[in-house]
Amino acid sequence: MAETALTDHGEPAARAAGWRGIAADWSSDQRAFKNVSWGKAMMWIFLLSDTFIFSCFLLSYMTARMSTTVPWPNPSEVFALNIGGTHIPLILIAIMTFILISSSGTMAMAVNFGYRRDRVKTATLMLVTAAFGATFVGMQAFEWTKLIMEGVRPWENPWGAAQFGSSFFMITGFHGTHVTIGVIFLIAIARKVWRGDFDVERRGFFTSRKGHYEIVEITGLYWHFVDLVWVFIFAFFYLW
Amino acid sequence: MTNVAVDLGAQQPSLHTHKHDAAAVAAAARHAEGQQHPIKLYLVVWGWLFVLSTCSYLVDYFGLHGYLRWSLILLFMVLKAGLIVAVFMHMAWERLALAYAILLPPVLVLVFVAIMVFESEYTHLIRVLFFASPT
Repeated sequence: MAETALTDHGEPAARAAGWRGIAADWSSDQRAFKNVSWGKAMMWIFLLSDTFIFSCFLLSYMTARMSTTVPWPNPSEVFALNIGGTHIPLILIAIMTFILISSSGTMAMAVNFGYRRDRVKTATLMLVTAAFGATFVGMQAFEWTKLIMEGVRPWENPWGAAQFGSSFFMITGFHGTHVTIGVIFLIAIARKVWRGDFDVERRGFFTSRKGHYEIVEITGLYWHFVDLVWVFIFAFFYLW
Repeated sequence: MTNVAVDLGAQQPSLHTHKHDAAAVAAAARHAEGQQHPIKLYLVVWGWLFVLSTCSYLVDYFGLHGYLRWSLILLFMVLKAGLIVAVFMHMAWERLALAYAILLPPVLVLVFVAIMVFESEYTHLIRVLFFASPT
């Protein structure tokens, strides 16, 4: 009991709704987040800090694009592809968007089956999510290769403002790194789910703590965040 | 721990008044297994995300421009982000103390945006005045 008090979903203390409840939670003893485990709270706080990192990237991109006197390359043309003889604008990015959204859908369902203690479905859905993520990174690698072949560098490109390259490589590179880490994270947790670690409460090799199916939701938070960041990158970098 | 709470509530109804017991069991069941929602909800949100993404792609495909383009892009972006955070990340069901702690700080980034808009316009003006190549 004493051990789970901090990590599991305790019965949350009843509070007034709205701001009064928030003030009561925050001014109360020991814990501000009453029914949220430390793992989930820390993942949210990490994601908040990551939000600021990506905000800074997008802001520096905005500043570069707004302050340059050279025309900005048209992303609709830059990321167009010829498929079957037809020229389709931005198609690669659209496909990548749909892949990432699909991965978020499978992840959400994995979390759901995790809480129902359906080991096989949870692990399978997590691996499907990881496969979507790996596909996304693969397409990003293709996109980078194509652009580098066409002469895009962080300091120059054939179509316009030089800052296009640096913004592009910085923003999509950092996002791709997040996706890659997410895929590794997903595979690691899916392995634990598959093995039944959370059913037998096997202790982790590093922390020596018992795992819970909640880790699937925490992994999911990270994964959905990666999708969320892509929503903003898609809107501001590719569509604007 | 929470399963124990459910069992106690279910096996010893005589110890509680009926009203209190029902409330306790309901509360325990709600929190016993974390976030549980029907799969259909996720599928519906998934579908909406597809629709919204298609819409934002079509904005580019049809080559809309100017304020119409920018407002549509922002609209679809905000709707998609809202759906992901509220449903997929379960923020809609979290306690307000957590939701406000996480969701309010990013709003302050808008102040940073405003500062950088002023800064870039100033830089742009200076570049036009002093560095733009005479044509």
